[in-house]
Amino acid sequence: MTGESPIVLPDDPSFGDEVQVDYPGYRSTRLRAPKRPLVTLPESAHPVGGPVFGDETVSELDHDLTQQHDGEPLGERIIVAGRLLDPDGRPIRKALVEVWQANAGGRYKHEVDQHPAPLDPNFSGAGRCLTDEDGNYRFITVKPGAYPWGNHDNAWRPAHIHFSIFGRSFTERLVTQMYFPGDPLFRFDPIFNSIRNPAARALLVSEFDLDSTKPDWALAYRWNIVLGRGGSGTTPIEESQ
Amino acid sequence: MTLPRTPSQTVGPYYTIGLCRRVENELLPAADPKALRVTGRLLDGDEQPIPDGMIEAWDAGGGRWGRSSTDAQGRFSFVAGRPGASAGEAPHLDLYVFARGLLKHQLTRMYLPDEAEANAADPVLALLPEADRALLVAEQEDGALRFDIRMQGERQTVFFSL
Repeated sequence: MTGESPIVLPDDPSFGDEVQVDYPGYRSTRLRAPKRPLVTLPESAHPVGGPVFGDETVSELDHDLTQQHDGEPLGERIIVAGRLLDPDGRPIRKALVEVWQANAGGRYKHEVDQHPAPLDPNFSGAGRCLTDEDGNYRFITVKPGAYPWGNHDNAWRPAHIHFSIFGRSFTERLVTQMYFPGDPLFRFDPIFNSIRNPAARALLVSEFDLDSTKPDWALAYRWNIVLGRGGSGTTPIEESQ
Repeated sequence: MTLPRTPSQTVGPYYTIGLCRRVENELLPAADPKALRVTGRLLDGDEQPIPDGMIEAWDAGGGRWGRSSTDAQGRFSFVAGRPGASAGEAPHLDLYVFARGLLKHQLTRMYLPDEAEANAADPVLALLPEADRALLVAEQEDGALRFDIRMQGERQTVFFSL
């Protein structure tokens, strides 16, 4: 515990869809966010191509985090699905989507995680899949729990699933986090609020999707992902320099 | 129609669960006669190792990709081939840096120390002040290439936006 209160800066739509890389409320940025302005690469020097992942990259049960052990994990079973799109709304096919998350009690199966919540012997919390011909991805998992962290006094992360996506080229690379609708922790979380534009922040929140629920079996959340040519976290100030 | 892009978030401290389940730091099999070892350290603004970072390497000329997490000393390592030449540019690897505390991955480039002539003619290095160019050129060390990445400080690695 640091005795500090959460620092959440006011909304600022001028950030567009960029995260503020040196967001002061997230303490670990202080020694890790680059301080010098980014150098704009001319288009002719952008990375060309990117890794291609074939069907052999994923096995049949990689998308089902509830079937990777002898028994089923504890928690609320959910289906998380959506489409991977480019800014023109076209599907991005055969893209590798990797996810990782805490268990239902808010504990990661990782040696560094010392949150005193139980590990679940039936849950590793990792999955992967390739998008289909329409850009669809789909995972079956349990809803992750919120968990405490040492960023400031009584800091808790809202429940989230980490996503890593390889698009059609290395320039489209994205690592992000998907959140759940209506989480009361949103307004206290510096990582979520490092996206200063509220409209962009909302893009990380999945929707409850009644149509995709499986009666008597699982609830469902829907979350679409849009890949574009990634900036590297420029802020409006840096762009003007 | 232009859809807004999904914003970035940090990989956080536990990314190895999802991203490092298998060894993927060989862009080229280690036994390949053309294999080249690339090592380096990822350092924060206090010159301290970043033990929960990850580097992804893309050799566009050779069409090869790999990734390496960092260890307690901030060390990452790859087995790569000599990067293929791209049109009009000196051979280099494109590198993305990911870490806890880094809200968006950062792009840099690693050039080769024995390509002085090509480096001198490289259009991207030419954009940089002279002192910064050296920061993007690996060093020879014990038969391997050594390339340290500093997130901050006077010798901060040059990071690019697209």
